[in-house]
Amino acid sequence: MVDVAIKNAAHGRDEAENRLRVLERFRRGDKFFFHLTRSAAFLVLVLLFAIVASLTYGAWPALSHFGFDFLISQSWNANTEQFGALATIYGTLVTSLIAMLIAVPVGIGIAIFLTELCPAVLRRPIGIAVELLAGIPSIIYGIWGFFVFAPVLQQTLQPFLISLFAPVPVLNALFAGPPYGLGILTAGLILAIMVLPFIASVSRDVFETVPAVMKEAAYGLGCTTWEVVRNVVIPHTRAGLVGGVMLALGRALGETMAVTFVIGNARQISASILQPGTTISATIALEYAEASEGLYRSSLVALGLILFVISFIVLAVARLMLARLNKQEA
Amino acid sequence: MSLYAARKRSNRIAMGLCTVAAVFGIVWLVLILAVLVWEGVSGLSWRVFTEITPSMGSTTGGLLNAIVGSLMMVFFAVLIGTPLGLLAGTYMAEYGRYEKLTHVVRFINDILLSAPSIVIGLFIYEILVAPFGGFSGWAGSAALAVIVIPVVVRTTEDMLLLVPGQLREAAAALGLPRSVIIKQVAYKAALAGIVTGILLAVARISGETAPLLFTALSNNFFSTSMTQPIASLPVVIYNFTKTPDENMQQLAWTGALLITFAVLVMSIIARALSTRMKK
Repeated sequence: MVDVAIKNAAHGRDEAENRLRVLERFRRGDKFFFHLTRSAAFLVLVLLFAIVASLTYGAWPALSHFGFDFLISQSWNANTEQFGALATIYGTLVTSLIAMLIAVPVGIGIAIFLTELCPAVLRRPIGIAVELLAGIPSIIYGIWGFFVFAPVLQQTLQPFLISLFAPVPVLNALFAGPPYGLGILTAGLILAIMVLPFIASVSRDVFETVPAVMKEAAYGLGCTTWEVVRNVVIPHTRAGLVGGVMLALGRALGETMAVTFVIGNARQISASILQPGTTISATIALEYAEASEGLYRSSLVALGLILFVISFIVLAVARLMLARLNKQEA
Repeated sequence: MSLYAARKRSNRIAMGLCTVAAVFGIVWLVLILAVLVWEGVSGLSWRVFTEITPSMGSTTGGLLNAIVGSLMMVFFAVLIGTPLGLLAGTYMAEYGRYEKLTHVVRFINDILLSAPSIVIGLFIYEILVAPFGGFSGWAGSAALAVIVIPVVVRTTEDMLLLVPGQLREAAAALGLPRSVIIKQVAYKAALAGIVTGILLAVARISGETAPLLFTALSNNFFSTSMTQPIASLPVVIYNFTKTPDENMQQLAWTGALLITFAVLVMSIIARALSTRMKK
């Protein structure tokens, strides 16, 4: 290579000098490219640091003014400049909880169906379809939820739940009317539908890491399919499953567009999940562009910081769990 | 015998539930797509692509300015984000494969990959919109670029790791310097995979709404100036869905259909490319 480069280099100098020149050029190019790529890798770290720093900077006026009360206060009043995050944190956690309660069993069920039960012909097409659906933008779920799902819920599921649980002591408070259509439950259900393909495809990938010989050994002992799944597949992939579920939880917590349309946007904590509520992301999306400078805007940034911290923890746990599965595999 | 029957029964129940779960999940997703196609197609006409967004009460209008705005912002976001992501991924796979830095960067990158996108909007607002006086297409592009970077880093690293070491060794034996090996050999061998990453990134940001809401804002008029607020499909869908105006709601559905179609096409191409790469 050096010889080729020398041939292309300027004529008229003696060969040794040319060789030195070319080698020097290679060395400089190498060094430059190494440092270029290394700084790009550092940039990823800088990015995270910059996000945290800028949010903290923006949130500082609110955090220093309200102190710890910001986390436990429910008031949100732009006129009196009293802001607290409790109602939005509550909405964020409860909608994600509802979503997980539904999407985790159903998603894992789909994954078991795909890996153990599905006829081989259908396995690939359904698997690909699930993966593609996981990539659909969340605003599609939002607009569908707003125009189609919420009105249907208002007519059917919600009146049914209200009348079903009316005589039951604790549950009648949880499902107290009137049926608005929009509310915490609707947002949770939309989130469930949204993360479902994600949980299904991650769980399927995780299930496929189980060595076939282990399953065959269990079948050879006379286990039924369910016993193989319960005693071999799930114990073997537990860390990966938890990781996948946490990833989905991270998505649900930070989701904005699927939630904003259907949550009803009422800053309140009510016992009934049929009532409207709000989440951190929905509050920021709806109010930030119009918020006045000062405490109001700073409080919204503080909400963003809280959301980032919560999802950072959830996602970090998810990644550690998934990394553990990979190590196990290796 | 009764134990055997009980085991068989619980197997049937569990497997039945899994099948029900699969049918249940797939029915919902098919339902959403069916409604989307049904509602979207009925509003599909040439005016969607030739006229700008209407005002309240109008019966005409299209999505031209939103489509152009989206294309521009996505284009610049990819232009900014791809080289940075590519270089970082290159370091992780080629130079620092066993370095501690790589592990840390991979961990942080994976978290950025699924960080709430609205927080990225806030971040860009703090560093670009507030100090430089106002909403702009550039701010929108920057927010999208922050989302592009982790996607490209991840796929570049994964795909370069798939390139066999012998290729690099053969090139090194010819006396090629390392940077040339990476650029001429490794990149070429991983090209399909790197393109996959870019396509996935484009698919991911085409539908992103939250980070644009208070960076690019929106614009009711036709504008190609990146220093001004600029319309984008997702934000227009978001705004039009909230109006009581039927014409606008119809356009929101049609826009949603266009985005979904584009995202699905890109994901399918990306999938096809990456299967070829892995073979």
